[in-house]
Amino acid sequence: MKYLLHVTTLQYSSDKCAGCGRCAEVCPRGVFEMRDKRAMIMDRDLCMECGACAKNCDFSALSVKAGVGCAAAIITGLLTGSEPTCGCGDRAASNCC
Amino acid sequence: MRAAQTLKFIKKEVPPYVSGTMSTTAGSVFRISSDWSRADYWGAIKSRLGAFRMNYPVSPGLYAAGEPTMGSDVVVSANYKLSFDILRRELKGLNVWLLVLDTKGINVWCAAGKGTFSTDELISRMSATKLGEVVDHRRIIVPQLGAVGVNAAEVQKRTGFRVFFGPVLAKDLPSYIEAGYTKTKEMSTIRFPMMERIILTPMEINPAMKKFPWFACGVLFVFGLQPSGILFKSALSGGMPFLALGLTSVLAGAFLTPVLLPFVPFRSFAVKGWIIGVLSMLAVMPLFGPSVQGEILLLVASWLFFPAMSSYIALQFTGSTNFTGMSGVKKELKIGIPLYVSLAGISLVFLMVYKIREWGML
Repeated sequence: MKYLLHVTTLQYSSDKCAGCGRCAEVCPRGVFEMRDKRAMIMDRDLCMECGACAKNCDFSALSVKAGVGCAAAIITGLLTGSEPTCGCGDRAASNCC
Repeated sequence: MRAAQTLKFIKKEVPPYVSGTMSTTAGSVFRISSDWSRADYWGAIKSRLGAFRMNYPVSPGLYAAGEPTMGSDVVVSANYKLSFDILRRELKGLNVWLLVLDTKGINVWCAAGKGTFSTDELISRMSATKLGEVVDHRRIIVPQLGAVGVNAAEVQKRTGFRVFFGPVLAKDLPSYIEAGYTKTKEMSTIRFPMMERIILTPMEINPAMKKFPWFACGVLFVFGLQPSGILFKSALSGGMPFLALGLTSVLAGAFLTPVLLPFVPFRSFAVKGWIIGVLSMLAVMPLFGPSVQGEILLLVASWLFFPAMSSYIALQFTGSTNFTGMSGVKKELKIGIPLYVSLAGISLVFLMVYKIREWGML
C-alpha cells in the first residue's frame, strides 16, 4: 500500500553515497536498492519518513524529517505547539502504535 | 527455613516465562521458555483490546533461549510483553542469547521512534550484562524496525560489536541466521494484510466509543429540548435515528475503512473514510423512514455531518498503519480540519433551524 504522493521529505545525494548498503538494510518500505555499489531510490513515494536510513547513513547522503504519521499525535502537537510524538507511553493520549 | 526462603524467592522474583537459570562466564542468567502459558495467551488478547497494554513489561537484561554457547548469536528485543512473547515462541529450537532493552514496556518500533530503543540504551545494556564476556564473537542482531533508534556505526565504534539489522518479523529470524545474516526483500519489507488490520480495529473503536456518550448526550439534549422543557419522549424519538447514524459512522470509520483499506479508492484516509461513510449511510438510511428522511433540514444535516465523522475517525487509523508518513498526514489534516469544523458547524445551523421551526417560531 502506498500513501500520498510527492509529500516525503526524503533527500538523497548520491555523490556522497559510499555504497555501504545500510539504507537498503534498514528501510522497511523497500525504497532503496543497491546498484553498482551505490544506493538507488526505487520509489520515493513508498517512504513513510521513519528516519531509519538517515540515522544509519554514516556519510550524510540521506536526510529526512522523521516523525510519526499519526493524526492524533499531529493534532495534539498542533494544539500544544510541540513536535508530534507518539502517545504510546501514556494511555490518556493517542491510540497510535 | 532455607527452603521457604528459596520458595519465596522463586515466587516473587522469577517471571512466568522463565524455565530455569544458566551460568555464564559473566554470572547466571535466566533461561526462557518458548512455550506460552494460558496467561500469555490471555495477555496477548487483552493487549490487543487495549485493556492493559503497557503495564506488563519484561525485566530488561540478558536471557538464554535453548542452550547458547559463547559462539551463539545475540538477538536484541524490547521489553514489550507481546513482542517478547512472540520472539521467544519463534526462537524455539534455536540456541541464542536474548538481550532485552528497557523500552518502558513499549514495542520496538514505537520505542525506537520515541528514543527509548536507542543506541545509548543498547550500549549501556550490553555493558551492564557484560555481553562482551558472555560471547566470544562481536555480532549482534537488532530488529530491523529498531534501526529508527539505533546507529549501527556508533555501536560498533563504542563496543566493537557489529550490528546486523535482522528481519522485520521474529518468525523470519531462524532463516535469517541460517542464511548467514542475509534477508530477502520479503523479510525486510513490512506488509499490512487484512488480518493485521482487523486485529488493530478494537483500538480504533475503543477510543471512538469513549467519546460517543458526549455525542449521545448532545443529540438527546437537542431533540429533547422543547419550549416546555426537556422532554424525554421527544429526546428519544427524535434522537434515536441520529444516535444510530452516529454508531454507523463509528463503525464505518473505525472498522470498515481499516479492514477494506486497499480496496477503497484514493490514497487519502480522509477520503477513504468519507466514501465508506457515505456508503454506510446509504445502507442504513432506509431504516429511519420519515423521521429523518421526511425532514429535509435533518436530512441535509445528516449527510453533511456523518460522512465527515467517518472521515475524521478513519484519519485516526493513520496512527496504526505502517505506511503513512508525517508529511502526508499533516497535509490531510491541513485540508481536513477546516472542512470538518465547517461541516459540523453547518449541520448544527441546519439542526437549529429545524428546532426553531419545530417550535413554531418560523
